[in-house]
Amino acid sequence: MSVLTRDAQGRAGGRSAPAGAAAARRRGWWTTRRRDQLAGLLFVAPQLVGSVLFVLIPLGLVFWYSLHEWNVLAGTFEFIGTDNYRSMAQDPNLPSVLRVTGLFSVGLVVFNLSLALLLAVLLNQRLRGTIVFRTLFFSPVVVSLVAWTIVWGFLLQDNGGVNGTLGAVGVDGPNWLRGDWTALLSVIVVQVVKNVGLNMVLFLAALQGVPAELYEAARVEGANAWTRFRRITVPLISPTILLTSIITVVGSLQVFAQIAVLTQGGPGTSTTVLVYYLYQRAFQFHQFGYGATLSVLLFLIVLVLTVVQWRMRRRWVFHEQ
Amino acid sequence: MKIRLTAAVALTALLGLTACGGDSAESDGPVTLRMTTWSANEAHLKLFNEIAAEYTAANPDVAGITFDPIPFENYTTTLTTQIAGGNPPDLAWVLENSAPDFVSSGALVPLTDTLKNTEGYAYDELAPAATKLWQADGELYAYPFSTSPFGVFVNTDLLSAADTESPAELIAAGRWSWQNALAAASTVQAKTGKAGLVVRDFDYKGWDFLSTVWTGWGAQAWSEDGKTCGFNSPEMVEAMTALHRGIFVDKALPGPGTTADFFAGEAGMTITQISRASLLTDQKFDWDLVPLPAGPKGEYAVIGQGGMGVLKQGRNAETAADFLAYLTNPTNSAKLAQFFPPPRTSLLTAETLAKTNPLLSPEQLQQVVIDGIADGVVKPSHTGQAELNQAVRAGLDPLWQPNADVRGVLDGVCSSINPLLAK
Repeated sequence: MSVLTRDAQGRAGGRSAPAGAAAARRRGWWTTRRRDQLAGLLFVAPQLVGSVLFVLIPLGLVFWYSLHEWNVLAGTFEFIGTDNYRSMAQDPNLPSVLRVTGLFSVGLVVFNLSLALLLAVLLNQRLRGTIVFRTLFFSPVVVSLVAWTIVWGFLLQDNGGVNGTLGAVGVDGPNWLRGDWTALLSVIVVQVVKNVGLNMVLFLAALQGVPAELYEAARVEGANAWTRFRRITVPLISPTILLTSIITVVGSLQVFAQIAVLTQGGPGTSTTVLVYYLYQRAFQFHQFGYGATLSVLLFLIVLVLTVVQWRMRRRWVFHEQ
Repeated sequence: MKIRLTAAVALTALLGLTACGGDSAESDGPVTLRMTTWSANEAHLKLFNEIAAEYTAANPDVAGITFDPIPFENYTTTLTTQIAGGNPPDLAWVLENSAPDFVSSGALVPLTDTLKNTEGYAYDELAPAATKLWQADGELYAYPFSTSPFGVFVNTDLLSAADTESPAELIAAGRWSWQNALAAASTVQAKTGKAGLVVRDFDYKGWDFLSTVWTGWGAQAWSEDGKTCGFNSPEMVEAMTALHRGIFVDKALPGPGTTADFFAGEAGMTITQISRASLLTDQKFDWDLVPLPAGPKGEYAVIGQGGMGVLKQGRNAETAADFLAYLTNPTNSAKLAQFFPPPRTSLLTAETLAKTNPLLSPEQLQQVVIDGIADGVVKPSHTGQAELNQAVRAGLDPLWQPNADVRGVLDGVCSSINPLLAK
């Protein structure tokens, strides 16, 4: 306290000096650097506010809810510590749900990436009509997901369009959405056809960035098409392969509308993936606390998979440091 | 710097949110009530709005009452999500299959005293069969505004095209049984290519609608006390065997993944609630409505119900209960009876119902509605219904294959729902 007083008295001697110094200090604080920083922050503010409000806060709340038993109807919200996590460890349905989720993701990623790459390579040729085909394969990406799925639901019915077409060539098609493995396969195919165009465009862009002289040189050396693809194309587009595989894996773990519209998790539980299961638990069975616990599990799975893929990039992605 | 700024932004945003979500709806000024329904039918909403307008005119403390239709398929899910999100309606329709959950959880305001103390309410004329599901410890938690029996609608044009005896003829001859109904349905399918008999809303998922079939065999999903699984009882095995045969051998019912809408003329017969008669207003085919066929255990009836309750978590529970008493008083019940069969015994006469249900004959009303409500078994319901629903649906899925082992599948259903029934 005394120090402050002395300081104030000491400065009281020269009247004009403090005002000038304050202005200088203010000017000194308001540097170009700070102004740029503020401008930058203002630019990202809308996104930042959105992320905080709709991502970070809900994410925190999900962790919080997972420590509670929340009975919506009775209006009770009780802290139960890690009980939900313990029930999750003993949940008899969870192994089957995780198995279906794994099968779905692997099936989707393998189908989607190989088809996208194949289409991209085919459509990267300088041939007539490629633009038409590119548009054709990309157009499902912009169609409303639910509308797309509902139409496929009609097509895949026992007496629907798919079996009608098969019947015309003498094939007796199965009841797609009612068989154990055909239901899962149908959901995968519907999802692949919907989104393959996006990965295809990304691959196309990457393919067009591969220098033509590398192929010429390889051809001069006598490399055949497969060797050129394996030794030149794949390494040079590997950053895109990494990107698309991360997007597709994460996307495959979040699939919901297709399941809700086409199969509701059935027949049996053959298409009950983790997201659908947590929806059932939280919104249909009114177990919001347990549903939140399952979302934490989903979050951890996505996090681990992404980190693993990101770490693996050093090993197989070209150009990465 | 970055962290502090993020925190500041979050805090400001939260403050902003709190300000927006302020206490504007507290009960100082006139209040607005909201009721969720699963009917978006214009005629229904018009009637509700008329009754609401009369109520607000007489009660200046209520500024308005809105009716908020939610699609039927996701009704309960949407309603509970609204409650979880802190936006509960003041009043809500409750489906019979979630009645035990709503009644036992304490979500609803007890109504008995409010209704009994309302002048001219005549509480005692509510039929006990209708209110049973909506009570706990002698206290009524929701008013069963609709007690609608299941009947069989018949497309008589299609049946005569198939040259088969009509249900009316079978009834006259005393031969309206499941066996003959399935045979007629099978003939319709074989001769016209249209579907024979459709259990509406079942679609190989809504298994509780099959109670309209298995009750004829004396089967039950679970025992009266809700503790014992009934799916592997001999009666159920017999009923499901008959149904399975009807679907996969005789093609009397459309198979899984095949849709046929009776009201669009695509099926010979359909089992549904009589409240669906309104869909027949502009129909181009001749139709009939008959009671459910007799099963091996004789004649029976099944009813579906809808209740109306006041949510405890709503902001104006007391006012809402008062409005509910007004909406369901004898005068307004009579108006609602044109769409929803009422629980009031004074209104359950063929003459009263005929005035408001011009599409149905007095015989149909007596046979299907009045007798149905008196002797009807309510569709199965249980606490934790949503989870049970899901477990039974998944358990029954293997049954809908041509070569299913009926007994084995039904044993499987019981082993998967027994832990849930024991809860």
